[in-house]
Amino acid sequence: MSKTKFILGCFDDPDNMMQGITNLQKNSVPIYDVYTPMPIHGIEAKMGVKDSRLGYAAFCFGCLGATVIFSIVYYTLVHDWPQNIGGKPSFAMPDFVPFTFEWTILFTAFGMTITFFAATHLFPGRAPRVMDLRATDDRFIIAVDAKGNIPHDDITNLLKEAGAVEVKHNERKYVSYE
Amino acid sequence: MKTHNNFDERFEFTGTAKTISLVGIVLGVIGIAFGFISGGDHIQRVYSNLLLMGYFFVCVCLAGIFFSAYNYVAQAGWSASLIRIPQAFAKVLPIASIILILIITAGLLHTHTVTENGKTETVPYLYAHWAAHGITTPGSENFDAIIYGKKGFLNIPFFYGVLIVFLGVYSFLGIKMAKFSEAEDTEGGMANYDKIFKYACIFLVIFGFTFPIFAFGVIMSLEAHWFSTMFGWYNLAAMHVSGLAVIALVIIYLQKRGYFTWLNENHLHDLGKLIFGFSIFWCYVWFAQFFLTWYANMPEESVYFYKRWEPEYKWWFWLNIVLNFLAPLLLLMSRDAKRLSNRVMWTCIVLIAGHWLDYYLMIMPGTVGEHRGFFIEEVFTFAGFAGLFFYLVMGKIAKAPSLVPKKHPFLQESLHHHR
Repeated sequence: MSKTKFILGCFDDPDNMMQGITNLQKNSVPIYDVYTPMPIHGIEAKMGVKDSRLGYAAFCFGCLGATVIFSIVYYTLVHDWPQNIGGKPSFAMPDFVPFTFEWTILFTAFGMTITFFAATHLFPGRAPRVMDLRATDDRFIIAVDAKGNIPHDDITNLLKEAGAVEVKHNERKYVSYE
Repeated sequence: MKTHNNFDERFEFTGTAKTISLVGIVLGVIGIAFGFISGGDHIQRVYSNLLLMGYFFVCVCLAGIFFSAYNYVAQAGWSASLIRIPQAFAKVLPIASIILILIITAGLLHTHTVTENGKTETVPYLYAHWAAHGITTPGSENFDAIIYGKKGFLNIPFFYGVLIVFLGVYSFLGIKMAKFSEAEDTEGGMANYDKIFKYACIFLVIFGFTFPIFAFGVIMSLEAHWFSTMFGWYNLAAMHVSGLAVIALVIIYLQKRGYFTWLNENHLHDLGKLIFGFSIFWCYVWFAQFFLTWYANMPEESVYFYKRWEPEYKWWFWLNIVLNFLAPLLLLMSRDAKRLSNRVMWTCIVLIAGHWLDYYLMIMPGTVGEHRGFFIEEVFTFAGFAGLFFYLVMGKIAKAPSLVPKKHPFLQESLHHHR
């Protein structure tokens, strides 16, 4: 049995890579993922990638930030020790707008960043998991899970037909630990 | 993907659209005539409405230049295929400027007598707070020490100087940019693009520093005892949002008529993002101005909001925030909403009404005060200026040699925007 774990089609042109995706899809070969050094317009729709849910996370973090600071200020300046600021009532709504606004943005920004790192396994000090290092430079990579997708030569031919400059049969998933 | 677009297509401005815009102009003339014939407080209302719409008209045309200038300076690709629309706004600016200057001149020359605090004085209909006779002459019975202290800015020669020089420079640069873009269609190459880039940089620098002064002069000086350094940026935000809303409406209208077929939901999405973002920016500066005044609570500053808090204006004061902040926030927040042309169209209509109200609240409390109204003068004057704007802009679009800048270096990027 073949030891190949992943088949990587390496392209030097995004249009050829898009053709490679079409070839695989026409032959019902499931694509594991695609790695490109730059964003390619329309690739999400072609691959059937669902819309990001990062916006929902942002909304929740924003609500959390607003609630946290509103509660702190309400407790300290209105409930626990009512403050007289410029003769205004201690619970005057316009006062509460600037810091609620700022903390909403602060929590949204940090929350989104942390959520994105968690979802993509990117943490400081952790080696990023990369299938082909040139995907961050000048190669457009289509990754196909070799398990169950046979025969491998047919997949190789489909990728070559589309204009792949190289097709790799990797025995391990990630190369970045080497 | 549609690969072939017919760029030789010309827009034809005829039929119902032309008739409706002419009917609008006639309605406007009727409304203004009605106000003058009714006499009394109505004359003040007509002048205030004329100033409002004259200013709104100039601001929308200015927003066209501003939009095309920052798109050229940012070397934006997405907007290349729709840039002829803001350029048409730019070409209308000289006419808008002349109308505004005529309105202001009439308002300054036409005087009436008012009795205030037992004193009867003759004041002009516009800028009565600083342009009345003898107000800065020591010893005069109209003498006002506060206005005397501001007379370096608030005097007729300087005021007209500001209006003519600023509007002249804006018009000159706006028309130059439009002309270079049209020359590019036949000449090709990068020379014209580079010239537009240079002119756009010059325009943005001049515009950024001078637009607040323009707003201080035309609108803020209606209540000359009061001032706010935020006022210029607040007006800049209002100008930008209403201008973007009008640009989006014109695009949607032309698309519904079957033109600009190369524009798709991605272009609308970008415009929607700008409208959404700058509506929030408008609220930010609006609140910043209100908040500082409210916090400091100094009588000479809070008088401005006190007048807008009186029963005649309180409801409108709150409606202003609902229309200009809450409506775009809720209607355009989601990604998909910005891509629906009907949703964007209705939001833009709400925003145009909202910014009309915004200007209404800047102008009316200082001129008509408690004799405010919302009927024939307001609605018909709006209809008149809307008709005039539509008539002039559509005429300019129809006259343009082509609906797209055919040799714009980023045209292909715009045609294949996100596709």
